[in-house]
Amino acid sequence: MFRFFIAIIIFMTSFSLFAEQAEEKHGEDKGFNAGEVIMHHVMDNHEIHIGPIHIPLPIILYSKEKGLEMFSSSKLSHGEPYNGYIMEHEKIYFTGEDGSVARDDHGHITAEKPFDLSITKTVFGMFLTMGLMLWIFISVAKGYKKREGQAPKGIQSVMEPLILFVKDEIAKPSIGKKYEKFLPFLLTIFFFIWIGNMLGLIPFIGGFNVTGNIAVAMVMALFTFIITSVNGNKDYWKHIYNTPGVPWWLKFPIPLMFVIEFIGFISKPIVLTLRLFANITAGHIIILAFVSLIFIFNNLYGAGGGYGVSILSVAFSIFMFAIELLVAFLQAYVFTLLSALYFGSAVEEHAH
Amino acid sequence: MNPLLPELGLVLWMSVAFLVILFLLKKFAWKGIIQALKDREEFIDRSLKSAEEAKAQMSQLKSDNEKLLAEARTEREAILKEAREMKEKILSDAKISASEEGNRLVASARTEIEKEKLQALSEIKNQVAEISLSIAEKVIKNELTDKASQESLVNDHLNKAQMN
Repeated sequence: MFRFFIAIIIFMTSFSLFAEQAEEKHGEDKGFNAGEVIMHHVMDNHEIHIGPIHIPLPIILYSKEKGLEMFSSSKLSHGEPYNGYIMEHEKIYFTGEDGSVARDDHGHITAEKPFDLSITKTVFGMFLTMGLMLWIFISVAKGYKKREGQAPKGIQSVMEPLILFVKDEIAKPSIGKKYEKFLPFLLTIFFFIWIGNMLGLIPFIGGFNVTGNIAVAMVMALFTFIITSVNGNKDYWKHIYNTPGVPWWLKFPIPLMFVIEFIGFISKPIVLTLRLFANITAGHIIILAFVSLIFIFNNLYGAGGGYGVSILSVAFSIFMFAIELLVAFLQAYVFTLLSALYFGSAVEEHAH
Repeated sequence: MNPLLPELGLVLWMSVAFLVILFLLKKFAWKGIIQALKDREEFIDRSLKSAEEAKAQMSQLKSDNEKLLAEARTEREAILKEAREMKEKILSDAKISASEEGNRLVASARTEIEKEKLQALSEIKNQVAEISLSIAEKVIKNELTDKASQESLVNDHLNKAQMN
């Protein structure tokens, strides 16, 4: 499993490692822009930056006219057109025959975009997280098979308390008797979010922001939403369209109760998405902002200012790192717990 | 660049990858892990229960033992008591028979003595008769010689006989 995983990394990074170094020209001495740097880190990217090394990732594009195309992002990273495409601010657009693009008055490109299926930094980080999960949990499962009825050992004993935590502290009390059906999903999201969060906290490996990406958080929240809806019993739906135990005038002539319940129904996945996205992204932004302070002071007051503020900055970012480690676990816990509570409300048997 | 707008490509990748990882982990990891944890929980429950049972059995055994001990103790007491009584009885029996024997011996000794006494008395009577005869013989002999001397002789002999 691990070897397979390494092979994927090598395959993905082999799209031309060279060509990319010492290409830090687009700054062009216009000073340090903290906002841009931070957003650049937090947003998705077609490259992985490890120190000065830029590892280009594969770009996969689909359009009706040109079909499926795949090439290295290094072809587009300099803002030059390639093969009828151009990339600006990590977005890929079609170009005309001569490589020109239409722009509006503010300089924004107005051209059509192909469907971007690229293995971006986030997709890569996602695969990395999933590969880690497969490796860890399949070896844990093997450990249980090998040492049947014995005390856990190695990685097995690291993961067992967490698995038991999800099983006994999250799933069982929130869902009740039918918890076992939802346990694989809960364990998967818990460990995906936790490991993904931790991956984003490791410095120098490219600054992954997997779980802090709204698309990733949204997909997980949608899975929770779909599973809740599919498993919702009669009582669950009845509570939404005809809540029992409320005065009739809340339902007729204006179906106030239904409106409220329906808002609650659709806001659950949205809230799940935004909470995870905002918490993780905010953590990344804060740490980067503290680090950026050094460069801002360096620009304002010279090297002395930079060095001076670096003491504070580093102290604060270490503090934030410690908090983020906690948040990484906490958000995984909260997401899993809320999912479990939604499942619990869907399968709950009411005795009216 | 709006971080709030989800990229469609990413949504697609995440959906597919998440389904795949969910399936793979469910099949190859969670199933085995959950089953193993369940088995172990049951095993621990069972072990605790059987330990509890063993404990109950132990205490049962202990109380049985105590009962046996108590029984043995009372039995010993009873045996000792019986022995003591027997000793007492033997002693008293012995005393009674001894006193009876003594009485019997005393009684037989008394009859013997009585018999001896009677015998001795009859012998004395015989001797008295003999002595009287011999005295009478001597008196008769002395009368033949001298009256006075005969009288003194008779007196003499009478005195002697009284002495006897």
